[in-house]
Amino acid sequence: MAMASLDLMARPERMRGGLRPALIALLMLASILSVTTGAAGVSLAHVTADWITGKEIGLRERVVLFDIRLPRLAMAVMVGAALAVAGAVMQGLFRNPLADPGIVGVGAGAGLGAVASIVLGGMLPGALAATLGPHLVPVAAFLGAWAATLLLYRVASRAGRTSVATLLLAGIAMAAMAGALTGVLTYLADDQQLRDLTFWGMGSLAGASWSKLAVATGLIVPALILAPQLARGLNALALGEAAAAHMGTDVERLKRHCVLAVAALAGASVALAGGIGFVGIVVPHLLRLIAGPDHRRLLVDSALLGAALLVLADLIARLIVSPAEMPIGIVTAILGAPVFLWILLQRRSFGSL
Amino acid sequence: MLRISDLHLSLGRTKLLHGLDLDAHPGEITAILGPNGSGKSTLLRACAGELPYTGSIRLQGHEIAQTAPWRLAALRGVLEQSPSVAFPFTLRELVQLGLHAGIEAEQDEIVIAALAEVGLAGMADRPIHALSGGQQARAHLARVRAQIWRAQSHSGPRWLLLDEPMASLDIGHQMALVAILRRFAAEGGGVVTVMHDLNLSAQIADRMVLMAKGKVVASGPPRAVMRDEILSAVYGCPLRVGVSPATLPWLVPAFV
Repeated sequence: MAMASLDLMARPERMRGGLRPALIALLMLASILSVTTGAAGVSLAHVTADWITGKEIGLRERVVLFDIRLPRLAMAVMVGAALAVAGAVMQGLFRNPLADPGIVGVGAGAGLGAVASIVLGGMLPGALAATLGPHLVPVAAFLGAWAATLLLYRVASRAGRTSVATLLLAGIAMAAMAGALTGVLTYLADDQQLRDLTFWGMGSLAGASWSKLAVATGLIVPALILAPQLARGLNALALGEAAAAHMGTDVERLKRHCVLAVAALAGASVALAGGIGFVGIVVPHLLRLIAGPDHRRLLVDSALLGAALLVLADLIARLIVSPAEMPIGIVTAILGAPVFLWILLQRRSFGSL
Repeated sequence: MLRISDLHLSLGRTKLLHGLDLDAHPGEITAILGPNGSGKSTLLRACAGELPYTGSIRLQGHEIAQTAPWRLAALRGVLEQSPSVAFPFTLRELVQLGLHAGIEAEQDEIVIAALAEVGLAGMADRPIHALSGGQQARAHLARVRAQIWRAQSHSGPRWLLLDEPMASLDIGHQMALVAILRRFAAEGGGVVTVMHDLNLSAQIADRMVLMAKGKVVASGPPRAVMRDEILSAVYGCPLRVGVSPATLPWLVPAFV
């Protein structure tokens, strides 16, 4: 009797088997919805029908589909996947299911970089400003994210060993510092700049273009492809650094690669799309509840679910106040926060996740 | 063999081991004993490659500090004193973690066999957090066993380094563990285990190593180490060694 009831705690194997195809289907469904829906009233069905019957696709349709909706979809997929995988890697590195890329200073550094470029951008020499043009804010955000992460990693490393606890504590200190500097700049900003930096903080996929994407792809795609290589090491690290080393993991190299991967993924995402919260925490969490914590599955599944959820969130952001659009960070927070709370309550009742 | 010579180790400014020499042989169970703070666990962690040291620790000819983690992982398994698992892995997943380090081919069979060996057969899909403390300790033992499943590899004996493996086990499971360790040693592997219980050690160990203040003060077969004057001095209280039930040494407090 007791055995039978205890066996309910075992995770059913078949739930895992069906998960990957379900996630792929969800991503495809979300993508189709995203491409066919929008304020301009261009539907994929029309365009496809025209294309099959050999009719010329109108210029307006072509622009809406290929220059607006498709790059935006691609950006949502990449940013969603990158944020979710970065979250999963951070949680594995810190051995804590509540960690997110913000811990290694990515968010604070990117925020400082973005706000600095918005407020002080006008003071740049004309030539530089002209070269960077509309890319000034993303570039500054990316540089800020990387500078913060590398500085933090230096602070937390001594004699070739990195203390994860120091990384966490120094991250808090750095976030406070960057927050204060951001505050100074906010104080200096004029009304238009205030508006710009406020909206940057809420995140947006608006203004997605193939050229913007190309730059970020160079960082996000390699990092996404390499991230699953970290899976075995992260699994071992769940038992602590000593045990991971006993089982043959080169722990220092693993930590270095994790921080680099997160800086590339989260840094590029935040530069592309601003502050989008909760994807990095909620997605790996949901997947751990469904299919367990094995990183060999988790990292790939996180990329799929993160991409699907961000595509859907972007759809909601575009539709809810159409023809205007809501900042996507608001949507992910409104949807993500209750899920996060629910996870915390689960955690309390089960003792630990 | 495991050969330690002139081993010095400090953490920060605290010197924990001073000039320690010790040999342990494959085919034997070597028990390391001593009062709290005598450096038993430190010695084991140094042998596991966790702590920087000066002097020499050679395991099958490999100097520990200069050997890559993956190479050590194929040579020896380490059971930590109280391992914790950050995420709710199932027992199968936990034991597989050990496997990846090893070099065995028939992986699924080893996972099942290792769980069966510690009496957890049929629990492979339970999350580790749903188990009792003693069951968790046995699950970790299964992980370490799966890593070092065969007592010998083509390059020689393999080793189990254990830090108080009996601590959270009831007597039935302690005896089961003894059987596992004896079989491993009989197949030619080496076992080095930190122990607290002098009597149990005297029953199961081929060689006892008694430490005090970061040094080895006595080592040898149980009969040579389990002596009134040695134990009384090391533990700072009057102790008397009897013989029970047959001819094995047996410790009772001196006031009995």
